[in-house]
Amino acid sequence: MAETSVAGYAAGETRKPNLKGLGSALAPWALPIVLLIVWEIAARTGLVTARLMPAPTTIAAAFWRSLLDGSLLFHTLASTQRALIGLVIGGGLGFVAGVLNGLWRPAETLFDSTLQMVRNIPHLALIPLVILWFGIGETAKIFLVAIGVFFPIYINTFYGVRAIDPQLVEMASVYGLDRRALIRRIILPGALPSILVGLRYALGFMWLTLIVAETISATNGIGYMTMNAREFLQTDVVLLGIIVYALLGKLADVATRAIERRVLVWHPAYQVRKGGEP
Amino acid sequence: MSIAEFHAPEAAGGLPISLARVEKSFGKLNVLANFNLEIPAGQFLAVVGRSGGGKSTLMRLVAGLDAPDSGRVGIGGRKVERLHPSVRLLFQEARLVPWQRVIENVGIARGPHWQEKAGRALADVGLEGRENDWPSVLSGGQRQRVALARALVSEPQILLLDEPFGALDALTRIEMHRLLERIWTGRGFTTVLITHDVAEAVALADRVVVLSEGAIALDIAIDLDRPRRELADPRAVDLQRQILDAV
Repeated sequence: MAETSVAGYAAGETRKPNLKGLGSALAPWALPIVLLIVWEIAARTGLVTARLMPAPTTIAAAFWRSLLDGSLLFHTLASTQRALIGLVIGGGLGFVAGVLNGLWRPAETLFDSTLQMVRNIPHLALIPLVILWFGIGETAKIFLVAIGVFFPIYINTFYGVRAIDPQLVEMASVYGLDRRALIRRIILPGALPSILVGLRYALGFMWLTLIVAETISATNGIGYMTMNAREFLQTDVVLLGIIVYALLGKLADVATRAIERRVLVWHPAYQVRKGGEP
Repeated sequence: MSIAEFHAPEAAGGLPISLARVEKSFGKLNVLANFNLEIPAGQFLAVVGRSGGGKSTLMRLVAGLDAPDSGRVGIGGRKVERLHPSVRLLFQEARLVPWQRVIENVGIARGPHWQEKAGRALADVGLEGRENDWPSVLSGGQRQRVALARALVSEPQILLLDEPFGALDALTRIEMHRLLERIWTGRGFTTVLITHDVAEAVALADRVVVLSEGAIALDIAIDLDRPRRELADPRAVDLQRQILDAV
């Protein structure tokens, strides 16, 4: 009797962490799954009009259809390409401006207050102007994305460079580091955590801007796909487009987290996580 | 062993430091006024005094981090105008770069064969095997050892120490004293130790200078045998009392 209970305890102890791990891995999915089931039932029983809110299975069918005829991949790639070109241009400029203004006072005096002023204009308010400038072509959309990502990267890079411990900079100069080595080995790696925060914000703005830009005028891309589907009352495709945006956003976030874990290995926060995660 | 033997530099040796009629003030506060001090090559000098007595200013002048308002600071007979390449500083905090591994911190200035040199310097301070650790996993004493290795890797002829052991616990501090004494004995660089710990000054230095309100209140030779043990040597206790009276 005593033996079995001991054995039972031992077995319980070895299995417990696995169950706990599985449970905490599944927990974030519980609510979405329940919602999906409720939604499906509501659509099937006619509680909501299927034309306005099609059932998840209908959307899944739309997904499958568009996957087979290649249109989903085509539109997703078109959107992703725009997003990335805009990110590289706007983010690159934001990074350079942030480093320059962070390191060099005259540049800050000259540019920062202007940038802070421009920053407060919602960049989507520029759409009419952008259409007048660039027409409704590719340039207009990339321009909008570039503006959308510029400011989060600029501000966080600037802040990251400015927040470098002056004691480390003094140490580096006492130990004979020249300016290039100082920037490469002390300032940029030190600003990196802040720059990555900026990147995460920028990725959010990137998709947001793209959604709006693509619904205005486009001949491809997820935004075009959903607007086109609206014309034909294909609510399932509209919802599919929204879901694709959500997934792309999530993907971007996962990618930045992976980058953070990789480049911030020195950071105590990431070391603890590496050893301590179940 | 006589003290003279310890002053004979073996490898890089030391450089003499001289301050002549140095004036330095910050705003209206006159930190150093008509200040004169000669430090012979290879000497281990401790500068003791209250906070705000001008200790750190003195060190920043010698390091070339600040310039005097007037007067002359010289190293090896040449006027100090900027950071001198053979002067190294140990700060109160270790000031390790968190995103560089221990060996990269020691070899922060890089240069040819930096990894071998940094590895040797780490071995000198008793940290072999920790080359690839991140600074965040080290204890306070280990961090200061890494900082010491970083200072030693370029074979400096002058080592300036700005209360580098102040934040360490008593046992670690004694370990660091022995380590520093051993390395200084071997290399013979000129050393200036800023401290407010009188016992530390007597345990390590050849000579103690007490700074008070920007002037030298006491300049005393510490003529004790080396290696020193921080036990209650009656002569050491007597010296400590004399210094304390002047502080």
